[in-house]
Amino acid sequence: MHQFSYLKAKSLADAAALAKANPEAKLMSGGMTLLPTLKQGLAQPSHLIDIGGLKELSGIEVKGDVLSIGAVTRHYDVASSAAVAKAIPALSYLANQIGDPQVRNRGTIGGSVANNDPAADYPSAVLALNATIVTDRREIAADDFFQGMFATALEEGEIVVRIVFPLPKRAAYEKFPHPASGYAMAGVFIAETAAGVRVAVTGAGPGVFRWSDAEKALAGGLKAGALDALTVDATDLNEDFHATREYRANLVQVMGKRALQKLLA
Amino acid sequence: MAKIQLTVNGASHTREVEDRTLLVDLLRDHLGLTGTHIGCDTSQCGCCTVHVDGRAVKSCTMLAAQVNGATVVTIEGMASGDKLHPVQQAFTDCHALQCGFCTPGMIMATAALLKDNPQPTDEEIYHGLEGNLCRCTGYINIVKAVKQAAQTLK
Repeated sequence: MHQFSYLKAKSLADAAALAKANPEAKLMSGGMTLLPTLKQGLAQPSHLIDIGGLKELSGIEVKGDVLSIGAVTRHYDVASSAAVAKAIPALSYLANQIGDPQVRNRGTIGGSVANNDPAADYPSAVLALNATIVTDRREIAADDFFQGMFATALEEGEIVVRIVFPLPKRAAYEKFPHPASGYAMAGVFIAETAAGVRVAVTGAGPGVFRWSDAEKALAGGLKAGALDALTVDATDLNEDFHATREYRANLVQVMGKRALQKLLA
Repeated sequence: MAKIQLTVNGASHTREVEDRTLLVDLLRDHLGLTGTHIGCDTSQCGCCTVHVDGRAVKSCTMLAAQVNGATVVTIEGMASGDKLHPVQQAFTDCHALQCGFCTPGMIMATAALLKDNPQPTDEEIYHGLEGNLCRCTGYINIVKAVKQAAQTLK
């Protein structure tokens, strides 16, 4: 790894000030993506600003009809939280499928969402559940937040503070993990929300996206077989040495059907 | 440079290291604890698994600076004197190793798994050891060892 300076932020305000003072710095939460990226020389920040230990960015709370999860809350803590399991079981299931136990002990929801890896799990839940990303500057709706491969609405130095999920009537997530990395080759999150049925797909395209055909097919009610007649256009999907775009299109269909089955079970 | 104070296997240490130093390099190169192995160095294989404040982590994907003030347990800290830890004993009894390179990480991951889930099913063992690879593919006996250790620790 190239040389950098490690800075441990003492507070959210301190982290923001450090980011402002060091334009070439990167914020680090769990570091599960950032550290491997640095080891491969794909990024060369001047400083790492560690926000992983900040109590004010951590924690899980259900208040009324929303579930709020602090940005540096680790995947393990989401997966093992009784409050999450009760409020949005699909979200605790999803958190328990990320990477592996060691990764879940370090990786955080805010890091995953801010990084917006096209094959990450969390963005699908955030988008399908119509969540709001609260930063140190503003609140951003999920529909505006995710902007394609590793791109988000976050400005330079803007820090994710928490993710706020309105509780859905019901939701389900199914993914086809890459057998080695655990990343989603395709993952489909279906949520019946106050704003209607929302379906988000991760792993298959250049970034998480809403599957509008599936949403239309489910708008009249969540019925078994409602997704059977759909086909997925492969044109804009990802193709790499793991899978062709046609294979991914098929996986989206299959994961969509499985998620619907699970939701109706 | 970062000044790191940490407790490893019950002993307190203070070291000054470069900010970019990985936890696994601190353990191996600065503290001489070479039982923690570096396999893939890309957070896939789990050979470098150690416990930080009671949770299993991949020490190749953590900075030494991040464990400042933490309590770390490595494979060297598992046995009590000549008496092997029940997970180590189970790996020995079940011949849960072939070349042995992945074993320290497997044992640390198993100990962490059994702390969270003292009586795992086969499926839960597979899921719980997903972060550890055995290139000899000796998984059958590893799973047997996890079950034996679960019985011993019951």
